[in-house]
Parts: sequence; structure tokens; C-alpha cells
Amino acid sequence: MAAFCSARLQAGMLALVVAVALLTLPASSARTVTTSPPPQDEKPPAGNIQNGKKLFTTYGCFECHGHQAEGTSVGGPRLGPNPISFPAFIKYVRQPTGQMPPFTIKVTSDADLADIYAFLQSLPQPPKADSIPALK
Amino acid sequence: MAKKLSVDRRKFLKGAAAGAAGLVASASAMAAPQPLPAQSATAPMMPKELDPSSVDVLTCERSGSDFMVDVLKSLGLEYIASNPGSSFRGLHESLINYGGNQSPEFITCCHEESSVGLAHGYSKVEGKPMGVLVHSNVGLQHASMAIFNAYCDRAPVYIIAGNSIDATMRRPGVEWDHSVQDVAAMVRDFVKWDDLPISLPHFAESAVRAYKIAMTTPSMPVLVVADADLQESPLAMDAKIHIPKLTLDSLPMGDSGAVAEAARLLVAAENPVIVADRAARTPAGMARLIELAEALQAPVIDQGGRMNFPTRHPLNQSERGRGLIADADVILGLELTDFWGVTHSFRDQLHRTSKPATKEGAKLISITAGDLYAKGNYQDLQRYPEVDLAIAADAETTLPSLTEAVKKLITDDRKRMYQDRGSKLADARQRALERARTEATYGWDSSPITIARLSAELWAQIKNEDWSLVSDVGFASRWPMRLWSFDKHYQFIGGAGGAGEGYCAPASAGAALANKKHGRVSVSINGDGDMMYAPGILWTMAHHHIPLLKVMQNNRAYHQEYMHVQRMANRHERGITRADIGTTLKDPNIDFAKVAQGMGVYAEGPISDPKDLGPALKRAIEVVKRGEPALLDTVTEPR
Repeated sequence: MAAFCSARLQAGMLALVVAVALLTLPASSARTVTTSPPPQDEKPPAGNIQNGKKLFTTYGCFECHGHQAEGTSVGGPRLGPNPISFPAFIKYVRQPTGQMPPFTIKVTSDADLADIYAFLQSLPQPPKADSIPALK
Repeated sequence: MAKKLSVDRRKFLKGAAAGAAGLVASASAMAAPQPLPAQSATAPMMPKELDPSSVDVLTCERSGSDFMVDVLKSLGLEYIASNPGSSFRGLHESLINYGGNQSPEFITCCHEESSVGLAHGYSKVEGKPMGVLVHSNVGLQHASMAIFNAYCDRAPVYIIAGNSIDATMRRPGVEWDHSVQDVAAMVRDFVKWDDLPISLPHFAESAVRAYKIAMTTPSMPVLVVADADLQESPLAMDAKIHIPKLTLDSLPMGDSGAVAEAARLLVAAENPVIVADRAARTPAGMARLIELAEALQAPVIDQGGRMNFPTRHPLNQSERGRGLIADADVILGLELTDFWGVTHSFRDQLHRTSKPATKEGAKLISITAGDLYAKGNYQDLQRYPEVDLAIAADAETTLPSLTEAVKKLITDDRKRMYQDRGSKLADARQRALERARTEATYGWDSSPITIARLSAELWAQIKNEDWSLVSDVGFASRWPMRLWSFDKHYQFIGGAGGAGEGYCAPASAGAALANKKHGRVSVSINGDGDMMYAPGILWTMAHHHIPLLKVMQNNRAYHQEYMHVQRMANRHERGITRADIGTTLKDPNIDFAKVAQGMGVYAEGPISDPKDLGPALKRAIEVVKRGEPALLDTVTEPR
């Protein structure tokens, strides 16, 4: 079975990882992917955390990244806490260069993405591995 | 008329056996289909009370199926899995009575896909086939997907199909529906060999030949038809039929010139990489791969088709596959399913594109028995790999000579360079382990339970046992490979082969059955979609006391397909919130604990709070250590 959204930057299972390497390929030339210009301001817009959490599920983000955006070795990378900058986030979501399907403005508004980003920012820091007996 | 002929024929064979055993020159003559004497159909009818042949002989002491059991015993089959069917009723009865239900022991299954899956998993632990009995066309149709998995996975499965070939011998009605001219035709594309023996000596030869073919690499399923009439024909008590000697083939080794060239390339390489998929067929395979890797201090990427290389070995660099492939100047592929996939990237967007993942000039060496056998229809052969040196041979058999050739070429200068390379790889391995532990902490306390936490909690419970993970790790995001210490061949058996859902549930049970006599604690992480194909395997586990812990990775979806539909929805921009339709297993949620309990398996769940997981695992493993199956239904993240 093919990998689905494997825009993962760290190596994982080889057969899948090699399938996700084309992070620099140009996007489809069949038609222009509809995007909004990425915001110039580095500061993310205020977003609704609860709505972002809900959208993270209903828009299918969890399928590759997990409900807590923790990421999977053979799916999508971890997205939070401490997500990448909002401009980089919105740019990649609109026109991904890897395996991730595009989330165009036609189906996902900027406000939706701001809410999702707020959710990613709100995620708690995990416990230290050394503090977890099962991980020792 | 047909009915009379049918009765007459068996009576003829029986009468000859019972009344004139001394006239039986050979059992083959007795057992082969016999033409009726011409006068049977044309002679004037004699008054019944005066016709000695009209005495209706209803019993016999020995039949063809008894001899078939002798043959199967000679092959050393330990078990024979089956859902019962009338086309092999004779063989079934002979197995349990004449054969004493020992070697092989009958394993009752509720679906032929379970029977074959069970045998598939068993073969990868035990290193030899389990028998499977299927009921003519209908049983084989049920079995077909599991056979395809075993075929793709290069696993030996020994299938016997009942069938009624002589139309005049068939009972009217269902037996006609359950008969077929060429029963093996439907699976011939994905079995290695099949035959339709028409006499008992023929059956003996074909049965032994089939076993030998199945065990010669590349191993695959084989099928022998046991004709119903041949099974049920009476056999003289003193009939002697030869059972041919089984001599397994020595396996093909790479020719010395090619092996020497491979050694030269590897020794001279600055950044050699070894990639292994189904390389370690036996415990010796892992030891041989370790010896080669250590001689070169070369990184090993284990693709997980088998348990090829210890996960904690400093040279195990499976987590760094992409970067190592990109930098490699020589790549040695051992029994790779998809060498092209190893050396290329592929992008699944509107326009599918691919490009090499290797640097220019990288040399590719392939050693695989896969080059010795190929079929055309089913496309499991993958893209054509443009390698520089192709050695058509069994990799495990070839490794000792390759390692010897490598060692002869290593100079002191190279040795020093290798030591430096090895030190860097050891550091990288340790960092990968620490990174995996850190990544496992994200979402640690969340619900649904992360697969990382599930894997860590399971490892904590079994690491001091003699354990065996009898499920694949792909859908579990490879977390067990990242967190656990695998160092024994039986601790991992790879995956389905053909990526057909429904493999894990029975194959893990078959592997656990093989582990049973060794006292190993078998555990599996079983997807919910997979389990729902043929959940009757749970009853088989309970009935036959197969000690296996199934931890359900219950993500309540066919998640791979969920993601594919999501991809199409995003591509078409007409709604991205409905990909769950047709892809999820919700409303109602499946209560796997109740399903398992209903079939006599100890079970707990659904477990949604990760804090409940550790204690539940501990209780379930105690059940398994007592020799019984157990199931925990855990509600998890997708991957």
C-alpha cells in the first residue's frame, strides 16, 4: 500500500521514506493550485483553539499527524507543540512539496488555518522520557 | 443409471478388496480409477437373492485416505488447519482416527482464509510448512487471498484440496456445485506448483514433490488435489505402496566470480549500505548478516520482511534509511522485494512523479532468489531495478562466501577506516534510540492512546520474558522496532507479503502455535479492520489453547483507505470532511472484548485511558503464560 501523507523529514521505514523524498518538486502543472498569499507578518493571527482542535479532526489532519499532532513514523511529522512559523505553516498547507495533499483556500479558509495553528501552539509540552518508567 | 454405476464402482473396488485381497497385485492398480466391467451395465439382471454381488458391502477396513495420511506423516507435518468439507471427508476421518490426530494434528478453523493465514505465520517461525485442507472450489476461493499473501511473502504453505473429479461418482446436488474440472486453476498464478494425482502412487510422488518444491527458495505455497474417490476407495490391508524419500534441495549460492566482484565493490566503497528484506530465512541468516556488516562496519537497513538484524546493534541504521541511501556509493540488496523503491522516491500527487534517491554513480548489487522464479500475471514483482551486479541466488546461503571474500580483501588501512566508520554509526544508533524515546513522549497521556505508548507499555511487560512479536509493525509506525530490543530470529516474522488485510489475525495465531512448544510469550498488535475479516480465528485460538496476546490497535477505521479518500477529496476541492464515509468502523463501535469473550477468549476493553493499559497488559500476559489466548481492545491513534 502506498504511503499517504509522508511529508516527513526524518528517516523512517525505508520503503516509505524514499517515497517522500521529493520535497522540492514543483507542484502539479495541470492547474493552478488556489492559494492565498502567505501573511507577511510573522506573528500568527489570533485563533480559536477549540475550533482548531475540532477542525484538526474534521479536516482529516489527524489521519497522518495524530489527534495531538504527535506525528507518526510512516505518516506525517509531529506538528506541535512549538510549530513552525505561521507563514511557513500556511505556505506548506496550501502548496505542499511532499506527499501531503493540498488544503486549498476553497476548502480551508485562512481563518480555519489560524484556528488549527492556535491548537498546535496550545499543545502541552510532553513529560521527559527519563521520567517515564516504560521508556527506560 | 448414473446412481447405479456410482454404487457399483465403489462396490467393485470394495468387493475386490474384501473378497479377493490376495489377487491385488499392487495397490496402485487397486487405487487407480477402475473402468467398470462392460457386462456390469449390459448383462441380464439376475434375481437379487441369487446374485452374490448384490450383497451390499458397506464397510472397509482401509481406504486410500489412510495411505494419504501415511504420506503426510512421512513429510513431518505437525499440524493441518482446516474448515471441514465433504470433498475431503475421507482424509479428515483418516487423519483423526487412522492417524490418531497427531503429526499432523487437525486445527479447526472457521474460514479457509484463517487456515492458510495460520499456516503462513507458522511457517515463518518454524521454518517449514503447515498443512491446510480446503474444500474443493468453495474452500479454495475462501483461501485464495491468504494464499496470495503467502506467495508474495515467499512462505511455504502445503495445501491439499479435496475435489470430486469423476462426474459419475458425484452425489447429486451440492457435490456438483462443489466440484470443479481444474480446482487449482483459480490459484495457479500464485502457487509455485500444483498437481492432480489420479492414483495413490501418483499422490505419494506429488505430495513429496510438492513439499520439496515449497521448501526450495524462493519458498511459496503448493497445492495437491486429493480426489474424493481416491480417498474413499477401499485399499487392501496388505497393499504396499511406495512413499518416495524426501530430499530437500541444497539452496543456490552465488557463483564465485560474482561474489568476488561484490566483495571488491563493498571493500572499496567509502559509504556502503546493506539493505535486507527477506534475507534471514533461518536463525543462521541473522548471524551471517551480522558477520558481514561487522567485517565492513557497514550500516544495515532492515526493511522488516524477516527478522534480519538486531534492532539495538550499533550498525542497525534502519531509522536513517533515506540519508544513508542518498550518500551511498555501493548498496547491497539482500532479498529485496522492491530494489527500485529503495533507490527512488515517488510522489503521489495529481501527477505521479519519481526520481532517483541515490547519488550518481552509486553501484547496486542484488542477491536474491527472487530472480530465479517469476510469473507474469500478478504484479508483485515491482519496478525493474537497474542494478550493476545481479546475483540470482539465496542471500542467506551466499552470505558466508561473500563475507569470506570481503575479509580476504580488507587491508589494515581499510580496517582503520572501517573502525572510524563504525564508531560514527554506533553514535548515530544511540542518538536514534534517544530520539525515539523522546518522540514517544508526545501525546503520552492522550486518548486515543498513541501507538508509541502502546508499544512502550507492551515492551515493559514482556522484555523479561522469552517473547515473540508475531505481527507486522508498519501500521504501528514501526514503534516496536524503534523502542524494543529484537535480537532473536523468532522475535519478528515480517508482514503479510501481499498487503492483503486479514493476514494478521490468523498468521499471528499460527506463529504463536509454532512458539507454543518453545514456551514463548507471543504478542501481536492487530488492527481492527484486519480482525473483522475472519474473527473466527479467536475461537480457534481458544479451542486449541494457542497462547497469544492480541492487543487490538482499534483505530475504528480502515485508515489507509481513509487517507486515500481524503487525498482525493483534497485534490478535487469539493469538500474535505466526508472521507470517513465508507472508511470508518464506527456507529456502532466494535466491542472486541465482547467478541473475543463470546468465543471463549480472555479479554478486556475497550481501553481508552492510557493509564489503564499497563495493568491490563500485565493481567493479559499472565493468561498467555498459563497457555491461553488473551485480547485487549485498546482504542488507539490511527498509526
